[in-house]
Amino acid sequence: MLGIVRQKMLEQSLKKIPPAVSVLRSYSSAAKQMTIRDALNSALDEEMSADSKVFLMGEEVGEYQGAYKITKGLLDKYGPERVLDTPITEAGFTGVAVGAAYYGVKPVVEFMTFNFSMQAIDHIINSAAKTNYMSSGQISVPIVFRGPNGAAAGVGAQHSQCYAAWYASCPGLKVLAPYSSEDARGLLKAAIRDPDPVVFLENELLYGESFPVSDEVLDSSFCLPIGKAKIERKGKDVTIAAYSKMVGYALKAAETLEKDGIDAEVINLRSIRPLDRSMINASVRKTNRLVTVEEAFPQHGVGAEICASIVEESFAYLDAPVERIAGADVPMPYAANLERMAVPQVEDIVRAAKRTCYRSESREIDSQHCGGRS
Amino acid sequence: MALSHLAASASRSSSLLKPLSSALSLRRSISGDNSPLTVETSVPFTSHQCEAPSRSVETNPKELLTFFRDMALMRRMEIAADSLYKAKLIRGFCHLYDGQEAVAVGMEAAITKKDCIITAYRDHCTFVSRGGTLLEVFAELMGRQAGCSKGKGGSMHFYKKDSNFYGGHGIVGAQVPLGCGLAFAQKYSKDETVTFALYGDGAANQGQLFEALNISALWDLPAILVCENNHYGMGTAEWRAAKSPAYYKRGDYVPGLKVDGMDALAVKQACKFAKEHALKNGPIILEMDTYRYHGHSMSDPGSTYRTRDEISGVRQERDPIERIRKLILSHDLATEKELKDVEKEVRKEVDDAIAQAKESPMPEPSELFTNVYAKGLGVESFGADRKEVAFLREAMHDYSFLQMEKSFYALSFIAQRSHSSVGTAHPVLIYPGLYWEDSFSTKKEEACA
Repeated sequence: MLGIVRQKMLEQSLKKIPPAVSVLRSYSSAAKQMTIRDALNSALDEEMSADSKVFLMGEEVGEYQGAYKITKGLLDKYGPERVLDTPITEAGFTGVAVGAAYYGVKPVVEFMTFNFSMQAIDHIINSAAKTNYMSSGQISVPIVFRGPNGAAAGVGAQHSQCYAAWYASCPGLKVLAPYSSEDARGLLKAAIRDPDPVVFLENELLYGESFPVSDEVLDSSFCLPIGKAKIERKGKDVTIAAYSKMVGYALKAAETLEKDGIDAEVINLRSIRPLDRSMINASVRKTNRLVTVEEAFPQHGVGAEICASIVEESFAYLDAPVERIAGADVPMPYAANLERMAVPQVEDIVRAAKRTCYRSESREIDSQHCGGRS
Repeated sequence: MALSHLAASASRSSSLLKPLSSALSLRRSISGDNSPLTVETSVPFTSHQCEAPSRSVETNPKELLTFFRDMALMRRMEIAADSLYKAKLIRGFCHLYDGQEAVAVGMEAAITKKDCIITAYRDHCTFVSRGGTLLEVFAELMGRQAGCSKGKGGSMHFYKKDSNFYGGHGIVGAQVPLGCGLAFAQKYSKDETVTFALYGDGAANQGQLFEALNISALWDLPAILVCENNHYGMGTAEWRAAKSPAYYKRGDYVPGLKVDGMDALAVKQACKFAKEHALKNGPIILEMDTYRYHGHSMSDPGSTYRTRDEISGVRQERDPIERIRKLILSHDLATEKELKDVEKEVRKEVDDAIAQAKESPMPEPSELFTNVYAKGLGVESFGADRKEVAFLREAMHDYSFLQMEKSFYALSFIAQRSHSSVGTAHPVLIYPGLYWEDSFSTKKEEACA
């Protein structure tokens, strides 16, 4: 029954994929386009081909071709010994995967969404993240936990939470959040090759989006470093730091801001843990203003951590308080208008950026975005 | 209920003796030999969904003497740990295994070091049976560098990967899916070996256990789930925690065997049987009927939920070391004095190891930050005061410093020397292998090595 419910949600959310972001990027030549879905699929394929110890495990990853078709074709190619359909028992199969990683094989575990990872979180934190430390380096855990994270469209409160901050607070884990296809390919490959447990946070609504990819990205040895952010758009007036889908929103906001004479620098965090503090700080020391953007709940979130990092290291460089744009502090509602209010929109990022620049719009009360008190 | 099968086994000892060789008139040396001996287990095995193995166990004098010595060592070690805890040299949690030694020793006799064992937090003796030394045990308990986890794990986190001992887990029940995962990896790697995942009667009701069992049965994993039923989950007796305390039957479609866990030979026979079964047919459950003399941990006197009579009753009737002693004596494999000498030797070994462990230093302060990751990638690890790290970071512009021996004292010296002005932040690892990464370049190469 759960399978049917999840399938219906998949169909609903597939209908709501927003149009592809059309922002000019300064990638190297070659205009080949690739969807995130294909980027992830090709990364999995290449890594499984290169290393026979890599195998996939998760609900519907095999015969169903993947709940979101990320693992399409892999069962046919690698067989049921390496692409394993699990029963709907997250605690059990995650524990099994971590135990396998202790022995030295390399599981890539799919959570249908990271909301379900909460059933297995003890194994992610206590069995995977901490073991290399507790065993003083005897037992490393080369495992990847991947799946869609954060809000989708109309899936309600139990299926919309972003777990970046939760996992990123834990030493021993690495947490990655790709945005573009280049990110998806490079970071997933890095994650699979990495000897530590990696939480790989994808975004369901980005799966169908296309991004240009260069030949270098398409090469099977392509890999991005973990712990390094990327400057998606250079600017000098305000830094906007975001991850995953919000990078696209930040880039759109930057376009809008440009028309008002504000030159925004957009940082794609790529890596939530380790956080690329040095790049963010260097950027803020240049622009003197910062807006952090995330879809997640604001309290104790990624934006809060970035703000703390700036205050600790670059306080003297700030010309305005750090602005934090995040999801609303409520469980995700279902009604479309309320859902829209519960996640950041481009206008929110623009408004926050203007506040840091002390533009007059900052005091306007937008009727659609009044801050309610619960 | 727990005492239901404390039937006096003393009277049975005479019926247990069926040596094959009749030339036993000559006294053998204490080291024993390999001439075969067949002994009957104390009670027959009870099985669920499978044929029970025979009660007759093949053994030899050498093995019996080894059992005696190993169990005596473990017993002495646990009692010494009790004293160390009371002397406040061991902190936090300390869960003692005395009474249950036969399970560790019997299991080891049936398998090789290529088979995997994983257990919960009552892991000191299992670690020793896998080849861990007394020094590693005591040093780890006291949080010293010579410990098996270099002092960073503690009582509940002993590991020995080179003998395929995977810990040492603090979360009740978590080790069972992990153990099934080890079995999965063994099958995946085509190693023809098995995994023994040990858990207690308290953990036997955990949902993740049944999830892992389902997966193991579905995928035919060579996983052997061993319930060390000492009849009490902390302070809760089995009949108060489980609707069905017949743990060997709880696997439903998975076969099970109930074993007298105080009889090392029965344990050996059952584990041998289970290994053969698991390699051919997938998972099997072994329920070891055993008993712990101590409470759940050092903070539990162990007498509020059970009577002292019960504890002393088990000690008199079913103690695993006494069983082997009687077997050895009745077979004339050694004299009483020789066995007492072994116990004295073992006591001395333990005392020496404790003395040596006490000399081992505490970990270097820089060890706080090591092993967080297998591959650090220039990650910063912050201590309690992040500003202290900031000082150290500024000082790290000097590359030549990075070649120095990374002692804590060198780092703090540099910290005192550095300026407080805000410079450009470069991330460094405060690991002994100190390492400075240029923050602006994209170092793809080493990240993807």
